[in-house]
Amino acid sequence: MRKKKKFLLEFLRMLLLLFLVCLFAFILIAKSPIDPLVSYIGTNSTLSVEAKKQIAEYWGLNDPLPQRFLTWVVNLLHGDMGTSITYKKPVIQVIMERFSYSAILMLLAWLFSGIFGFIIGTICGIRQGGIFDRIVKFFCLTMKSAPTFWLGLMFLVIFAVKLGLFPIGMAVPMGKLASEITLADRIHHLILPVVTLTVANISEVVLYTRQRLIEIINSDFVLYARTRGENERQIITRHVLRNIALPAITLQFASFSELFGGMALAENVFAYPGIGTATTAAALNGDAPLLMGIALLSAIFVFSGNLIANLLYGVFDPRIREDEA
Amino acid sequence: MKKTQRSFLNRRVLLACFIAIAAIYLIGIFIWGLAMNPNDYAVHYENKLLSPSASHLFGTDAMGRDMFKRCIKGLSNSLVIGLLAAGFSSVVALILGIASAVFGGWVDRTVKLLVDLCMGLPHLVLLILVSYMLGKGALGVTCAVAFTHWPGLTRIVRQEVLQLKSSQYVQAAYRMGKSPFQVALHHMVPHVLPAYLIGLVLLFPHAIMHEASITFLGFGLSKETPAIGVILSESMNYITTGKWWMAVFPGVMLLLAVILFDGIGETLKKLWNPMSGNE
Repeated sequence: MRKKKKFLLEFLRMLLLLFLVCLFAFILIAKSPIDPLVSYIGTNSTLSVEAKKQIAEYWGLNDPLPQRFLTWVVNLLHGDMGTSITYKKPVIQVIMERFSYSAILMLLAWLFSGIFGFIIGTICGIRQGGIFDRIVKFFCLTMKSAPTFWLGLMFLVIFAVKLGLFPIGMAVPMGKLASEITLADRIHHLILPVVTLTVANISEVVLYTRQRLIEIINSDFVLYARTRGENERQIITRHVLRNIALPAITLQFASFSELFGGMALAENVFAYPGIGTATTAAALNGDAPLLMGIALLSAIFVFSGNLIANLLYGVFDPRIREDEA
Repeated sequence: MKKTQRSFLNRRVLLACFIAIAAIYLIGIFIWGLAMNPNDYAVHYENKLLSPSASHLFGTDAMGRDMFKRCIKGLSNSLVIGLLAAGFSSVVALILGIASAVFGGWVDRTVKLLVDLCMGLPHLVLLILVSYMLGKGALGVTCAVAFTHWPGLTRIVRQEVLQLKSSQYVQAAYRMGKSPFQVALHHMVPHVLPAYLIGLVLLFPHAIMHEASITFLGFGLSKETPAIGVILSESMNYITTGKWWMAVFPGVMLLLAVILFDGIGETLKKLWNPMSGNE
């Protein structure tokens, strides 16, 4: 019962926060000196002043800010997020279409970085100070500092240009009919962006897992287990992995924000038609409705990650559960 | 631990040496870039797209500009933006963090809400929105990077002060009739300072990387301004034809700067921590 109530409260807090984030994003976009009217009709249009006024009136650009925000929220609740200026399509349609591309990219990178990161981190922790550990540690510290887009560029230079193994960009081959595109084509185009995003996100998991593992191996209860005669393998599977798996998963969920940012950069490098490229296109073309929609989407994305992370903390760590209650 | 026994210098000295070298490198780039003559990276069409050589260490780009000089200047610009971000964030974080922990109640809740608000959007999206609001351009990028790095530091300060609040000497100061402001100034600030300074140094690499990312996406700085992000996004047009040096070297320079800042921060953290300081 108490757990349910806590979940509800957490959820309500998130909703309130989401609303405030939207308001914040709305103010930022609405206060911009970039005129949506100009970006809609272009700078050298021959439209008369009266017609421009009419459009501004129709869009409600002259209304006070709170009223405009309210209109946006009401329309949003009716499932209408406006029309994108860049793509000439309803925002919701653009987002759905693009997010399906981004979602698979992020999901794969998220899973790979989580699973491989955890495995590599565990091996490093067990063989602490060995050659493998040192190489991986150096690699991770370097990758942690490398900008995602530069990593993507390097992968492009090595694997696409020098070795010619992968296509340079896009999600499907150029000049092919939509009906001829096979799953293999899509996968072929997906590999490099996924690898880039995985490498960019993996170091945090590896370093965290390694650190925790070393801490736990040196702890008293492991020493006790050892004196009871448990061998190394038993200690790792029975005591250590159980203790680090859940925090590592939680960390993965809490890193949704960086994942989204990395995805946007990687997509721009590989000209991958997902949310990331849409974000830059929207912001560069002054496409306010689409930008607002993407801000909302990214906020929901981050919040759901945080919410899951918070709940996982509570479910799996009784100490935190007691504290919060 | 085993490693240090081999050398006659102890870890503290080694770390101090590392910090000094890193600092000299970074400050060197900073000053060199600031004082650089714009002619050094001017357009020379006669030597465009040259491979790296002795006279052009990093090669040249499609307009014959020397990439090495452009990189230095670009990094120096990034460092300026990093400094601004650090300056702004440090003041905001210190004030908000301490106020939130000392006063508690609605002040604390407001600060926490502000932090959550800024962390609610992915950082990159927030950067894009802020720079969009300021009409893109150099001003937009600078402000976006400067205004969005305070939440993390605020959290650090708040956490530290919260721990302090229940300590005996702070309680004693309250009992002796000092106002919350006096306590904050005389007892909290000095204690929080080390963690805060380390957080500040660790904020630099983030700021630099974000500046590069957002300029890479095409916000702000114009094509003429030397900035690592601009250089790299330009290089995208040439790497397909095998001009690898245009993408590799600027990135390595950026990476090096970020790693060094990170290294300085982490090292300071280790030196400060009494558990590992005198190994």
